[in-house]
Amino acid sequence: MMNKIKYYLKSFLFLELLQGLSVTGGYFFKKKLTIQYPEAKTPISPRFRGLHALRRYANGEERCIACKLCEAVCPALAITIESEQRADGTRRTTRYDIDLFKCIYCGFCEEACPVDSIVETNVFEYHFENRGENIMTKDKLLEIGDRYEAQLAADRAADALYR
Amino acid sequence: MIEFLTPYLDFLPYELIYLIATLIKVVVILVPLFVIVAYYTYAERKIIGYMQIRIGPNRVGPKGLFQPFADMFKLMFKEIILPTNANIYLFIIAPVLAFAPAMAAWAVIPFNDTLVFSNINAGLLYILAMTSLGVYGVIIAGWASNSKYALLGAMRSAAQIVAYEIAMGFALVGVLMAGGSLNLGEIVNAQAGSVYHWFFIPLFPLFMVYFIAGVAETNRAPFDVAEGESEIVAGFHVEYSGMTFAVFFLAEYANMILISMLTALMFLGGWLSPIPSLLGDSVVWLFLKTGFFMLLFLWFRATFPRYRYDQIMRLGWKVLIPVTIVWLTVEGIMVYYKVGPWFA
Repeated sequence: MMNKIKYYLKSFLFLELLQGLSVTGGYFFKKKLTIQYPEAKTPISPRFRGLHALRRYANGEERCIACKLCEAVCPALAITIESEQRADGTRRTTRYDIDLFKCIYCGFCEEACPVDSIVETNVFEYHFENRGENIMTKDKLLEIGDRYEAQLAADRAADALYR
Repeated sequence: MIEFLTPYLDFLPYELIYLIATLIKVVVILVPLFVIVAYYTYAERKIIGYMQIRIGPNRVGPKGLFQPFADMFKLMFKEIILPTNANIYLFIIAPVLAFAPAMAAWAVIPFNDTLVFSNINAGLLYILAMTSLGVYGVIIAGWASNSKYALLGAMRSAAQIVAYEIAMGFALVGVLMAGGSLNLGEIVNAQAGSVYHWFFIPLFPLFMVYFIAGVAETNRAPFDVAEGESEIVAGFHVEYSGMTFAVFFLAEYANMILISMLTALMFLGGWLSPIPSLLGDSVVWLFLKTGFFMLLFLWFRATFPRYRYDQIMRLGWKVLIPVTIVWLTVEGIMVYYKVGPWFA
């Protein structure tokens, strides 16, 4: 009986509704969390997995030794590698393609790589304008690696403590 | 207006001058209304954004102030898509049927003692008739679209509006018992005196019922099952695009403003000042009170989850209608014994 009266009083005085309104009303005056992309950006972790790149050693020699571990580990089968023996006797890739439409950006290739050659940069703003541009060839990957080498090295140094 | 025009246009017959004067009055009421509707949509996006700790539209113009115009031009130049096997005549006429009553109802709204387009004695009845007509637009739109979701939305809307129309009508009966007139101007004047003379005090339950029924009548959250964008996509207007969609939009927002203004007129003393000793009665008060209810519409949408369909029916039939009937009895007793400052 008492509970019934309480229930009626509560619903007819709109107590719960007013409570709800006061919550949203309070949020109205709170500081807004919106980040005005592209003028402002959220901070990016050194572990961010964006566009792929192939790195080089300081002397300009490409790191990749065509071990094909990345090709083997890739869960989306996005990597295709062909290799040959170079004139100096080392094994090198003749073809290193990543299909970005297949890639799921899991970062396994980077984990698998014994020489830190294939890496993922923190670049996430890129697009394709023509068919076929989604296939990243070896030249394109090396070019990206050259362009972002400073950032890549810094990110890896920052993360080295936890590896 | 006619006296003002006559010297310039006295070569024309009187009827024509009368027509011109009427058309000018229509423009003077409707053009500001359209502008307010445009900026009401902007305010809605901003206020709901703020309540969700976002900042809302801010790209078009300073602080996003030109956003409504960007939206308007976009809708104007979009193609009107006619669904296959839709009934084209009904499909095109439905938005007009929703829009016309929403505009026509503004004819009897008094802005102050003298400023009223048409000072008819059955104003309240006319308002009730016009706001009820709006549902035809919704039902015909849902039927003509040849779409399951649209039909579902239309059926929900029909049942809902029938249910809440009754509670709304009863609340209005309370107002006309207290005001002793169906003329909106006289209802406001009956509340003259001070804040304590306003009808929201003796008619508080009816005031609440009226506003809740008004929210339901305009198909706004939390009663927006007719639109139900998360369950039946957009309800009765899924198939509408471009200008036909814009007309539905305009009608919905014009109706919200209308309900807000009617609530202000009938329960909060319209243009009467709450502090008559300091500030005089003015149309500004009416706009402030209307603005408060318009804000409430947006606030509700930011706060309340949508009612389930059967809960809407329960609230309408089993709560609001009994409440109004009980309070009409109480009010009848108060009127009979001439209680307080209101019925003396």
